[in-house]
Amino acid sequence: MNLRRLLGKERYKTLLKGVWTEHPISSMCLGICSALAVSNKVENAIAMGAGVTFVLIATAVMVSSLRKMIPARGRMITYMVTIASFVIVVDKFLKAYFPVISETMGPYVGLIITNCILMGRAEAFYARNPLGLSLVDAVANGIAYSYTLTGIAVVREVLGFGTLLGMRVMPAGWENWVVLSLAPGAFFLLGLFLWITRTLAGVEPPREG
Amino acid sequence: MRGLLTIVIAAILTHNIALTYLLGMCPFISMSQRIKTAWGMGVAVIFVVVLTAAINWLVYHLVLVPAHGELIHFIVFILVIAGTVQLLEMVMERFFPVLQAHFGIFLPLITVNCIVLAASLFMILRAYSFAKTLAFALGTAAGWTLAIVIVAAINEKLRLVGDVPKGLRGPGIVMIAAGIIALAFLGFGGMLRIQ
Repeated sequence: MNLRRLLGKERYKTLLKGVWTEHPISSMCLGICSALAVSNKVENAIAMGAGVTFVLIATAVMVSSLRKMIPARGRMITYMVTIASFVIVVDKFLKAYFPVISETMGPYVGLIITNCILMGRAEAFYARNPLGLSLVDAVANGIAYSYTLTGIAVVREVLGFGTLLGMRVMPAGWENWVVLSLAPGAFFLLGLFLWITRTLAGVEPPREG
Repeated sequence: MRGLLTIVIAAILTHNIALTYLLGMCPFISMSQRIKTAWGMGVAVIFVVVLTAAINWLVYHLVLVPAHGELIHFIVFILVIAGTVQLLEMVMERFFPVLQAHFGIFLPLITVNCIVLAASLFMILRAYSFAKTLAFALGTAAGWTLAIVIVAAINEKLRLVGDVPKGLRGPGIVMIAAGIIALAFLGFGGMLRIQ
């Protein structure tokens, strides 16, 4: 495959892992909050996906290139401040160019800081791997997060509002499934999504203790 | 006073942070296997959320606003939260070893619990006064505790039945259970308004 030759074996493997086999949401259960909360409309999901991907890439660059200088004891705080700084950039960018989306997302933009995908990847991957590989991992996780969010959002917006990206797609007689646009719908759809992907990817269920 | 009570009740029932705002999901999934663990986590969360929201309100209004430093409030809040949790852990270890034994293991996990930060962000967005912030933080954390204890209770019962499909076990079934509880909580909607 072309992509494989282009990236080299190790990077290709990292990409594949992030996008599918070690999908951050389905196999690691990271970043669930925003996957639920911001997936009611496609435009919000895309904005959130782009925001998280940007912060992931920026964090990967910072943490990975500074990994030899960050003291082991203060590393959590360092990651947090790094992540928070880039989240401010995303927040201000959305406020300036997409005020409507920024308004509806409200506190969820700031809550990217506590999105566990960022902290998890910084700690588990960027702090231990060179810049190139970390970048690939950041992009892979960003893509995985974005397509999941957008996928759930498409179902929720089409069935819950009868629209797609604000355009009417359902016939006039369509009765909106309002519940899908509310919180319970988010839980049910993510539950379904986890069921399907975990079965397909063959993730072992956690031992019940 | 009545306003404060409204905020507390609204934050617990009609605007439950877990079931309507969908926040605090990571511990919601990992800590909801047993009622006892869920309860322990809940109590620790209540304490930390109220404490950090109060500190963050003071820092925001007494330091950041006069200094025109609102831009960096994300960084300041997250540092305050991380610092408070660390300090709390040290104080508990030194003076309350019994408490530490019960709730100590939950503390480090709280730093990354999004509802702690969420409470502080909501109070800024809604321009709450200090008293309202305390009421809101208390209600939010208590509501989250209520939700996680209910889901843990469902999980305990489910384990007795034990024929959940393989792919759905673990986080999947927690989502479905939470969804059903969220449906029930929709019934409270319209009872109170919060702004």
